[in-house]
Amino acid sequence: MSRVLVPCHVKGSVALQVGDVRTSQGRPGVLVIDVTFPSVAPFELQEITFKNYYTAFLSIRVRQYTSAHTPAKWVTCLRDYCLMPDPHSEEGAQEYVSLFKHQMLCDMARISELRLILRQPSPLWLSFTVEELQIYQQGPKSPSVTFPKWLSHPVPCEQPALLREMWALTEMIRASHTSARIGRFDVDGCYDLNLLSYT
Amino acid sequence: MLQEESDLSLIIAQIVQKLKGSNLYSQLERQAWASLQRPEIKLESLKEDIKEFFKISGWEKKLQNAVYSELSVFPLPSHPAAPPEHLKEPLVYMRKAQGSWEKRILKSLNSMCTELSIPLARKRPVGEQKELLNKWNEMGTDEPDLSLFRPVYAPKDFLEVLINLRNPNYENGDSLSFRTHLGLIQVPLKVKDIPELKECFVELGLNIGQLGIDDSTQVPPELFENEHVRIGQKEQDSAAAQQYIRQGSPTALRAELWALILNISSQPEDVLYYEQLKTNVIQHDLLVDSLIYKDVKLTASNDDYYFVFEDYLYQVLLCFSRDTSVLSHFAFNSASPPKSYIRGKLGLEEYAVFYPPNGVIPFHGFSMYVAPLCFLYHEPSKLYQIFREMYVRFFFRLHSISSHPSGIVSLCLLFETLLQTYLPQLFYHLREIGAQPLRISFKWMVRAFSGYLATDQLLLLWDRILGYNSLEILAVLAAAVFAFRAVNLMEVTSLAAAEAVLADLSTLKVMPLLQIFLFATVT
Repeated sequence: MSRVLVPCHVKGSVALQVGDVRTSQGRPGVLVIDVTFPSVAPFELQEITFKNYYTAFLSIRVRQYTSAHTPAKWVTCLRDYCLMPDPHSEEGAQEYVSLFKHQMLCDMARISELRLILRQPSPLWLSFTVEELQIYQQGPKSPSVTFPKWLSHPVPCEQPALLREMWALTEMIRASHTSARIGRFDVDGCYDLNLLSYT
Repeated sequence: MLQEESDLSLIIAQIVQKLKGSNLYSQLERQAWASLQRPEIKLESLKEDIKEFFKISGWEKKLQNAVYSELSVFPLPSHPAAPPEHLKEPLVYMRKAQGSWEKRILKSLNSMCTELSIPLARKRPVGEQKELLNKWNEMGTDEPDLSLFRPVYAPKDFLEVLINLRNPNYENGDSLSFRTHLGLIQVPLKVKDIPELKECFVELGLNIGQLGIDDSTQVPPELFENEHVRIGQKEQDSAAAQQYIRQGSPTALRAELWALILNISSQPEDVLYYEQLKTNVIQHDLLVDSLIYKDVKLTASNDDYYFVFEDYLYQVLLCFSRDTSVLSHFAFNSASPPKSYIRGKLGLEEYAVFYPPNGVIPFHGFSMYVAPLCFLYHEPSKLYQIFREMYVRFFFRLHSISSHPSGIVSLCLLFETLLQTYLPQLFYHLREIGAQPLRISFKWMVRAFSGYLATDQLLLLWDRILGYNSLEILAVLAAAVFAFRAVNLMEVTSLAAAEAVLADLSTLKVMPLLQIFLFATVT
């Protein structure tokens, strides 16, 4: 199913913390990131992808229009989704993640705003966030397909079905290329080298 | 669920793409064409009949083994947004550390090159080529002057790099707190604890027969050994063989079983490929060859068990350096192959090449990865294939910086954590006298214990590496050795004395140590 990137504006993250940020010793364990869609009408969200950076749990709330005339309401669509199975260790800390419509708690129609609530309960990490956030909506349903060459040259009907199938198979195999290596390490028989390069 | 289905079809597509270029594909094609002659293949049900034929003649099994092999070696396809370096190593700071380490190695090699005025590679004159061809089976008799060469690095240099590995986002405070690591490794990777290891290595349990324990002379063979051998003789399936070998392999069947698990079958094409590599060795002389010579002379030739195999080692390692098929494993190895340009064409991409052709620069002790295999395989091309497969599945993880659970960093952390958790007094004592346990056990793990254990014990250990498709057992064995010698170690007062207590491991029996440490230690 194809998808279309929705241009969004990601606001800076806000730490939720009790007390004065400057003087308090501990680190905030909760961050909130707001995502707005200034130039797009309310849409149906298909997929969210991002790169994790040491966030342990993710909740998502969306502002949704339930019907044309009522004002939009905030709904929780994902609750405490675990990104790091052990918040104190590196597992899952820098992984790429995709979240789909079918994983959400509510339907994702007519979204106007998104709020990501990040939690990292472990005090070991200096900071945490999510990066490269991208939101997708459903794309148009008819993808263009390039038909293989042999279909456009139909085999004459006198040939029996078996031979037709065999012929089609051989054409397909010939058309596909393999990833096997050739094995040459030199360039035209020459392997006279400079020093190793550092880049 | 949609996601799992699309993941599965992606994996299938990748495996099909890989297998299309292989010998097996052309063999299956030939077999399919040949089978059309057979009477039981009917035109109306062609596809089904050919499939049935493959099943009966054993070709389906070969295909199953090939697919299983691909699944074991290559990691699962990653997220579509992830760049290729993410597959090599997901953590950015580890990639950077690996990059700087590699740069140091390249600088060292370049300076050796300029100091000794020896080119990285040169084409051999015809006379020299003939001479080498004649001497191919006895390269050990050669005594070239290697005094000016030094190994590019030794395991202890690599250990220093790992000790200095830091995550910039981690609280690396100076004051001791609950978050400080008391060992040498300071990165918070996830490692298993003993309950998890018990689950993982369940076949090593006390109530399950093991070769290495239940085949000793006091135990009547009817209890376990005879039946185990009988099952092993009939095995044709890679996945089943891998499960079987977790309880150890009978000596007579080991060579066959390892070849089955690694999916190595010596076809004429493979022998031809090896001969081609041999030709490459004869035509071009590489600086890396001298490093290999030096390493073999320093390590394997001095070892009581392995000196007889010296000639085999040259035949395998020199060809290994020329093998460009090894380059494909860099897709999932955090390391990258060193690059160079043809002389006079610096910067032109068409003249960029990898050096050495396989991208792997050997370090001090590298030849010990090959030496134990010489006990099992005597035909050079098969020995070569087995070693190459073992390298791209396991050994490369022992000398590159990565967060993989079988990577050397995780193994070191697993060792230190096990020791600290289950032998806290010993750990504290050794730390106090300045003998951090990892300084002693690191060299064992980097070499997968080759050269430290008796060969039969080493092969029993490597059986389990293959069976569990993981190197974690090396860290568990290292901790088990310390546990075994704990009483003596508690009495030492210096690093040198601790090293002396642990200098000789050749009398140790590996399987009882592992079993006791995992399943019989009071926690």
